[in-house]
Amino acid sequence: MAGGPTLRVCALYPSRMNIYADRGNMLLLQHRCEARGIGFELTASEAGEHVDPASHDLFYIGGGQDSDQVQIAEDMRATKRAALASAAEDGKVILAVCGGYQLLGEYYELSDNKVEGLGIVDLRTVREPGERLIGNVIIEFEIDGSPRVLAGFENHGGRTYLEAGCTPLGKVLKGHGNNGKDGHEGAHVNNVFGTYLHGPLLPKNAWFADHLTQLALGSAVQLEPLEDDLEDMAHASAIRAAGGNSNLAKLSK
Amino acid sequence: MESVSRVKLGAAKSIGAASRLSGRGGGTSLPGKVLLRLQDDAIARLANDLPRGAVVISATNGKTTTASLLASVLKRSRIPVVHNRAGANMAGGVATALLDATKKGHVQGEIGLFEVDEAWTARIVEQTQPSVLLLANLFRDQLDRYGELETLADSWQQMISGLPPETCVVLNADDPLLAGLGAGRANTLYFGLTDTSHAEPVPRHAADSKFCRVCGAPLEYDAVQVGHLGIYRCPNGDFARPEPQISATKITTHGMDGSEFTISTPDGPIDAELPIPGLYNVYNAVAATAAAHALDLSAGAIAGGLAAARAVFGRVETLQIAGHSVALMLIKNPTGANEVLRTIAEEAPPFDIWIALNDKIADGRDVSWVWDADFEMLAEKVRMVTCSGTRAEEMALRLAYAGIDRSRIVVERAIEKSFDEAVAGAVRSATPIFALPTYTALIELRTAIAKRGDAPTYWGG
Repeated sequence: MAGGPTLRVCALYPSRMNIYADRGNMLLLQHRCEARGIGFELTASEAGEHVDPASHDLFYIGGGQDSDQVQIAEDMRATKRAALASAAEDGKVILAVCGGYQLLGEYYELSDNKVEGLGIVDLRTVREPGERLIGNVIIEFEIDGSPRVLAGFENHGGRTYLEAGCTPLGKVLKGHGNNGKDGHEGAHVNNVFGTYLHGPLLPKNAWFADHLTQLALGSAVQLEPLEDDLEDMAHASAIRAAGGNSNLAKLSK
Repeated sequence: MESVSRVKLGAAKSIGAASRLSGRGGGTSLPGKVLLRLQDDAIARLANDLPRGAVVISATNGKTTTASLLASVLKRSRIPVVHNRAGANMAGGVATALLDATKKGHVQGEIGLFEVDEAWTARIVEQTQPSVLLLANLFRDQLDRYGELETLADSWQQMISGLPPETCVVLNADDPLLAGLGAGRANTLYFGLTDTSHAEPVPRHAADSKFCRVCGAPLEYDAVQVGHLGIYRCPNGDFARPEPQISATKITTHGMDGSEFTISTPDGPIDAELPIPGLYNVYNAVAATAAAHALDLSAGAIAGGLAAARAVFGRVETLQIAGHSVALMLIKNPTGANEVLRTIAEEAPPFDIWIALNDKIADGRDVSWVWDADFEMLAEKVRMVTCSGTRAEEMALRLAYAGIDRSRIVVERAIEKSFDEAVAGAVRSATPIFALPTYTALIELRTAIAKRGDAPTYWGG
């Protein structure tokens, strides 16, 4: 579509930070743009590559194995920190999932070392005695005064704590969330979203894919409703898997 | 002297008989669990009775088929085998196999053949002290249960370093995650595929171990066979595929009918015919051949054993339902599913698919993996797809985003009902149908069908 809007997505380290099928998120964004006649551009930014914050509307980073994340943290600080900090400042959308979420913070601890993160969001991830936090999860938060629900799956050893002034993404309805203690899940600052709902969370929450797309493209672009029968069923199914009340599925319509 | 007191063996056996009679299943591992409760080192004691020791097989994909192929070769060699049943591959399943083989307090059988869950491998190896340990592949699978691949590979490295020199360790040379585990060890045998004519140009999206374990650089591939298996090297020269002593050459595939190939071995070539489909089953056959070679079995027994292979418990078997053939293939992780999809995609379109995605513990609670598997291979080829199982809806969404038209997708969570309707639809339109269940969906389907007399019960095989 000549001259029409285009969603320009930058995937950070997709060859390594993809452990829980993060590509499902890209598929949702892409197909939903295409179904609406909106252009879609996907750029990968791997190790050693610099990022131009002005060339992208939405940045995505997924989760990786611990060994990958240690290497990536170093590269990210060296080649991408400044660009991502400025993108965050300018209101660009950043969706950081699982390991990518941990990397947004000041640092995160592994069993044998402490990895310095990007320091874009005021949070810290530590190790605590106890099992990994694994399972289906549902969180709730408000957008423009109306309650919304995200459903997904979490699997993390680290416990994340937000500093005062950093807001959680949502309140845990089912599952563990940031640390299994304070009832918080994820972090949300400006248009930066971090969450432990890992891998393909957008397929389980198509409304959130649209929300991020809208934020990234700006309010001048109208997103037409799509035929979302299967999307709604998948959302309800993820809520059911976590033991959530079936009424929760209606909130996001 | 009995290895384990006959009173304990008898008590555990009677539990098994009761559980089988009840028809509710569980007879494949419950008696062993009871035995281990009564005698915690029962596996070690009973395995010690086996004159030829044990073969332990582990892998993410193909361990049941590989064990079954080796069992077929052992049968041709007239060696009585104690073999755990498909899927009963944790301590309880191994103990049950040994228990079932006891008579007057001793195990009757020459050799143990145990397929073992990845997370249980180190424990079973410690107990059985195997003469052959076969590690065939590690793929991304059920991260909620097994954890990260690197961690699992590290724990296997430790397990191998604790083995006595007389244990033959058989490793897949084509798996960069495993090949390095034999570095510097004398009694190590490598297998692989040398023919690259069926290879894919680049690793599929779900491929895991694409980086050198020494320096972290991306591995360079001359050929990608299955997932991250292939012919690779580190660009910095830190690591390369070891030369396999046992390898498949001249591979010809015949769709769902199987394949033919030559297996090169230090004792000369073996011409093999394998009646089960897919390049992934060529890997299983070469792995079984390598283990057979380590056991000094003859080329004739190997060729005969492979040719007599039949599909085991949902690993490509054909069910006859109301006179219509339904090919049943287990899917459980991205690479395994990709290989099944590759095999189906070579069939003449259009065809129907019934796919059942469960998220029970044995399937992995996390269904994220379906977004890693390349269901795009089915687009333009299917007439109808029926999605079933506890997470049928997410499966359906995955297929829609893989390019399958929504009008061709049916969602029905109930396993038996959806299967019957899918088969009835295929029969009406005279379309071939493939059934792709995850593990617990397979068991549920088999149990339902067995009740109606269409397929054998799973412990009867």
